[in-house]
Amino acid sequence: MGAAIEPSTEKIATRVAYGKSLVELAKSNQDIVVLDADLSSSTQTKFFAKEFPERFFNMGIAEANMVSTAAGLAKAGKIPFVSSFAMFATGRAWEQVRNSVAHNHANVKICATHAGLTVGEDGASHQIIEDIALMKSIPGMVVIVPADAKETEKVMQAVTAYNGPAYVRLGRSALPVLFDDKYNFQIGKANVINAGEDLTIMACGIMVSAAAEAAKILKEKHNKSIEVINIASIKPLDTETIVNSALKTRNIIVAEEHNIWGGLGDSVASALLENCSEKLSFKRLGVNDSFGQSGKAEDLLIHYGLTAENLVKLSLEMLH
Amino acid sequence: MSNNFPDLVKVKEKALEIRANSLKMIHAAKSGHPGGSLSIADILSVLYFGGHLKHNPLDSHDPERDILIISKGHASPAVYSVLALAGFYPIVDTMSFRQLGSKFQGHIDSLKVPGVEMSTGSLGHGLSNALGFALAAKLDKSQRKVFAILSDGELQEGQCWEAFMACAHYKTDNLVAIIDRNRIQLDGCTETTMALDPLEDKLSAFNWETKTINGHDLAELDNALKEAYRVSEETNKPFAIIANTIKGKGVSFMEDAVAWHGVAPSDTDLEKALVELAGSK
Repeated sequence: MGAAIEPSTEKIATRVAYGKSLVELAKSNQDIVVLDADLSSSTQTKFFAKEFPERFFNMGIAEANMVSTAAGLAKAGKIPFVSSFAMFATGRAWEQVRNSVAHNHANVKICATHAGLTVGEDGASHQIIEDIALMKSIPGMVVIVPADAKETEKVMQAVTAYNGPAYVRLGRSALPVLFDDKYNFQIGKANVINAGEDLTIMACGIMVSAAAEAAKILKEKHNKSIEVINIASIKPLDTETIVNSALKTRNIIVAEEHNIWGGLGDSVASALLENCSEKLSFKRLGVNDSFGQSGKAEDLLIHYGLTAENLVKLSLEMLH
Repeated sequence: MSNNFPDLVKVKEKALEIRANSLKMIHAAKSGHPGGSLSIADILSVLYFGGHLKHNPLDSHDPERDILIISKGHASPAVYSVLALAGFYPIVDTMSFRQLGSKFQGHIDSLKVPGVEMSTGSLGHGLSNALGFALAAKLDKSQRKVFAILSDGELQEGQCWEAFMACAHYKTDNLVAIIDRNRIQLDGCTETTMALDPLEDKLSAFNWETKTINGHDLAELDNALKEAYRVSEETNKPFAIIANTIKGKGVSFMEDAVAWHGVAPSDTDLEKALVELAGSK
């Protein structure tokens, strides 16, 4: 059990941490290659391209070919990191991820940025809220959603060491830094970042810092003890940690920047139904089956209810 | 390992064995794709037995091997047959084709069959996969050659043209694409379904070196491959061989017949087909 996490005032986007980690990892690992589809300035693979131009392949605006090419590179012994916006890497090229990458168990890392509503002003066409569903339904695919810049670094080390296909969901907007160098990430492990007794908030990505903030407010203003679990590893899912916490608090809210259908909430619900016979209160907080729209990231999160304040409200409702 | 004077008599015999075994497999499974397996039998035989594709049946991951990607994964009977004839496994094993638990899946599977480099079957992926191998070979400063056999119908997939563009952009002079131009796809003629011609002009416009040949003439195939290595080295362009073929080639009643794209031969059909193939030795 970790000590209570206080979100730092320092803010870094997970995509920025990704771009920097890629360069660091590639210095000692000659097999790492990177493919991008004309978005390297946005996905931050531009730093890798500058440092290792011979190992960087701009594939143009052609995601299907990019993903299948990466599968070939992987089968030839390389470790390809494939970047684009999550909308295109997982949506446009889903069938290539499924058949060229996953069905061949090709060692390709799909590291896609600009996932979720926090793309902001670009609007619904770019705000993918279906990618977790798309990726987790592919057999053998590892699905990771880091919560901050430090966790992104650790995730990058873990997926590089792991031999097989993986999806890493990254965001555009700057996020509070939650963790330090001591933070430990393992594929398939959830982290209890705030121990509590009354209610558990399970979250991934940007909603982890919202959950940590909600826990603080609930403690200070309402004297409620909230457990917060960061479930960065959506698949494989840490069923044991999830079930143990549910049996302790009996009240569970799952928060994610994704459609409530097909996301982390559904995975947690299934794990609980299969493993707990006790009566539990359960609520999913996500995008309620609607497309996004243009707006500032922080305004969109308020509009769609993906905030610490809404988590406080939902928690109090559940505890009454 | 390139052989200047391949034994074309042996290559021809092996092509007939590929055809016969493919039909036996499809007959045993009561399902599969005879037409497109027969049309690439000569191409496969020249690659494996004409000294063009370095392969090692004792170590399918031999780093010294060349790479062949079969993008038309439904031609699995021909692929499984040529690999058996090349010594990767006993040919009798292939008779479990399409049965539950068999490694010989309906469409080729790289995780199950030694010698299959990529699982394919969903059309349009293979040239991109080959590009990946070609880029890796260049990074590794390897002399490895990469071949891709594509169907003509699959060129209707947009991804193929993304890949044609990218291969030329990255100057993959170590990659040869062989297009099985049998002019028939599931619903009928390629030109009435979704026209591909003028195909060679399109490929030239995409900055590829091209050559159109008779895909059943073993000497033409052998010469075209040798020309591909020589020309690509000079121009730094990828090379496409448009192999004009006949779907169902070698069995009179299957030739150029749309109906034999994905239908298994009956007992009588098989018997007649095997007699015809034996007679053409």
